Amino acid sequence: MKLSLRIWRQPDADTKGEMVPYEIDGVSEDASFLEMLDVLNEHLISEGKDPVAFDHDCREGICGACSLVIDGQAHGPQAATTTCQLHMRKFSDGDSIDIEPWRAGAFPVIKDLVVDRSAFDRIIQAGGYISAPTGTAPDAHAVPIPKQDADAAFNAAACIGCGACVAACPNGSGMLFMAAKVAHLGLTPQGQPERQTRVLGMVAAHDEAGFGGCTNVGECSAACPKEIGLDVIGRLNKDFRKAAIRAA
Amino acid sequence: MSTDFYRDGEPVADAKAPTGPIAERWERRRFSGRLVNPANRRKLRVIVVGTGLAGASAAATLGELGYRVANYCFQDSARRAHSIAAQGGINAAKNYRNDGDSVHRLFYDTVKGGDFRSRESNVHRLAEVSTEIIDQCVAQGVPFAREYGGLLDNRSFGGAQVSRTFYARGQTGQQLLLGAYQALQRQVAAGTVDLHTRHEMLELVIVEGKARGIIVRDLVTGEISTELADAVVLATGGYGNVFFLSTNAKGCNVTASWRAHRKGAYFANPCYTQIHPTCIPQSGDHQSKLTLMSESLRNDGRVWVPKKRGDHRHPAEIPEDERDYYLERRYPAFGNLVPRDIASRAAKIVCDEGHGVGPGGLGVYLDFADAIDRLGQKAVEARYGNLFDMYERITGENPYERPMRIYPAVHYTMGGLWVDYDLSSNIPGLFVTGEANFSDHGANRLGASALMQGLSDGYFVLPNTISDYLADGPFEALGEDHEAVVAARKEVDDRIEFFLHNDGDRTVDSFHRELGKIMWEYCGMERSDEGLRKAIGLIRDLKAEFYKRVKVTGKAEQLNQELEKAGRVADFFELGELMCIDALHRTESCGGHFRAESQTEEGEAKRDDEHFSYVAAWEFGEDEPVLHKEALEFEYVKPTQRSYK
Repeated sequence: MKLSLRIWRQPDADTKGEMVPYEIDGVSEDASFLEMLDVLNEHLISEGKDPVAFDHDCREGICGACSLVIDGQAHGPQAATTTCQLHMRKFSDGDSIDIEPWRAGAFPVIKDLVVDRSAFDRIIQAGGYISAPTGTAPDAHAVPIPKQDADAAFNAAACIGCGACVAACPNGSGMLFMAAKVAHLGLTPQGQPERQTRVLGMVAAHDEAGFGGCTNVGECSAACPKEIGLDVIGRLNKDFRKAAIRAA
Repeated sequence: MSTDFYRDGEPVADAKAPTGPIAERWERRRFSGRLVNPANRRKLRVIVVGTGLAGASAAATLGELGYRVANYCFQDSARRAHSIAAQGGINAAKNYRNDGDSVHRLFYDTVKGGDFRSRESNVHRLAEVSTEIIDQCVAQGVPFAREYGGLLDNRSFGGAQVSRTFYARGQTGQQLLLGAYQALQRQVAAGTVDLHTRHEMLELVIVEGKARGIIVRDLVTGEISTELADAVVLATGGYGNVFFLSTNAKGCNVTASWRAHRKGAYFANPCYTQIHPTCIPQSGDHQSKLTLMSESLRNDGRVWVPKKRGDHRHPAEIPEDERDYYLERRYPAFGNLVPRDIASRAAKIVCDEGHGVGPGGLGVYLDFADAIDRLGQKAVEARYGNLFDMYERITGENPYERPMRIYPAVHYTMGGLWVDYDLSSNIPGLFVTGEANFSDHGANRLGASALMQGLSDGYFVLPNTISDYLADGPFEALGEDHEAVVAARKEVDDRIEFFLHNDGDRTVDSFHRELGKIMWEYCGMERSDEGLRKAIGLIRDLKAEFYKRVKVTGKAEQLNQELEKAGRVADFFELGELMCIDALHRTESCGGHFRAESQTEEGEAKRDDEHFSYVAAWEFGEDEPVLHKEALEFEYVKPTQRSYK
């Protein structure tokens, strides 16, 4: 198939970027979206031009590295699918496609389609863990966990930290990412002792990193490739209120 | 003695395996190893390269112990290391199912599964530690699958006859890695671990025979810097991407290991690669990687091909008696659950004979029709739903209605840097953990064992063994003006300069793809004397052309993904040649290494214990590599020909 692309090009963090048009022909519908960009880059290099920089690694939808806004949608048109798992058969011959990086105040552009998501790591550092130094653990069967709690914890823990939720949110909020971790750990018995300090620490780090506030728009969950539900946000709010009252 | 392409050297002097009854060796080693006083630990610096299961767990644990840790990864976050993609599960000898499992049985299965090419002492320790890993992960909040009573669920996996595999749906690697990542981030917040993301190790610094630091490139600014320490731990993963197409992440590379190898670290058994039987077949020339479908699918799926060659009918139109369920036919005892190496080669054989399905005839069916009949679509969906969805996204075909097409692909590398029992390489102060080392899987890794080994090394083994070395530290303080540091930096600068100023006309990927095809053709599922000799010649020619014609755009002082790839592919060329030399010298078949000249009358792999019961540890040589043999002794599991009939 033949496609007309417009891709965000920005040489570095300090230089202003722009949308640049490219034409590409002979794209196989079995190719993934990133493989289509690989082909484009091969052409660009052959012409002595700078290839388009984009983050990617596992290309099987689990590492969370890939991060493209495709025609205005984080990870593109297919539900529950990361950019790397999106295939060209979802597009048609002659389509025009706009490709942009995640756009959010807390995710500054590094180059072209590559952004800095280190703010997510800082949120985890502020409490997104259970303190269990190596060697201190009791037998794994010491504390049974009801299956429904374990399953719910897993659903929240499925977050891949890609940041699509932030890119999709009109406020640039990192609420869904943060709430998924708060819910995962809060649903396990092991996560209870730190439940309150965790949520306070993480929310403070979230706000400090420059993410916007949550106004329950729901775009985050709609864009999430792992279909993390909005219910985790309700959980976080509840935990936060409880903790804030206790701390006051 | 000089042989084709290599020289024989002295045998490996000492693998430091403790003696005595095997079940007491790890305890004895922990007692005999020297400790570092807690107050002195903060004076000791340790570099950990890599943040996968083996790296993040080691960095976090060393930080908890009070060492000062510098941790590096090339990804934008430590959470993205490729351990995240492991699907199936993690083994542990908990015997929660009361089905006859024990530490000794896990040990036995792993030695046998490795086709008697691993060290008994190491494997026994792995089996012992396995139970602690599960405890540790549960304490961190890892959401393993559970039963209605609230206890952990187990499944049988990858050819095991007991249910010892713990799992978290099809995302076990992700959940275990996030546990380690969170423990690591906790230490970052505590100030014990200094974490550098988007940094790539490009050289090892050796001073007076000891590993003392690394040279890294900041992948965003291009800045080259030096990190000095008392010890260096490489947890940099496997080298499957030498084949270009593999189930590895695109960034996986051998550079850190290879730079250490060029500085004197032995590279052991490089030809032992694992070809995983259940991957989605290649769809075209644009293909950039292959995707694994979890091996757990073989628990319920039946593998078959049409009996008639070149049968292009829709699979539903092929009647039962015209199908060849070749694994069930050839291996009635294990059927579809035979180990990976056997399942892969069986698929290659039927495809080579012309029975393959799909594009190019490179595929076999994995059929769930019986399972759906027996259990209902809902139950199948609950077990494998996410995998079926992934298959449909990639191929555009619905596996509930039409059998999946699968084909083997490179998945894991059992070879790696040589380490002794303490996980120390032959360079003092250089330790290697996880897939980057060679030690526990022999010639074939069993399913659900990679996660076990990565976490065993990182959480429990290395933190206990490294103290014996660090007890002699802190070592003499070094400045960045030390001649060894200056020399290592110059090597890095020269390589970068070369690539950016080479007047070439071919992309890095075009070379990598071509190298991969050579490796897959001649050093893949089946190797022969003739093919390997041909491959060595082809690799040498292609390497010469690479240095003449490779074209890298852009500058050094910026994010430059082409420059990153160029350095990695340059190292893959040298590794690829060594893999072929290793495969050529090992004229037996064992595990993932199948030599056409060494098979039984029935076409099964034929080991040659008389001549090859050793680890091949290769020393780098500018002209030719030098082979050091470490003899393998089997006191507890007597080598037998593996049989899964």
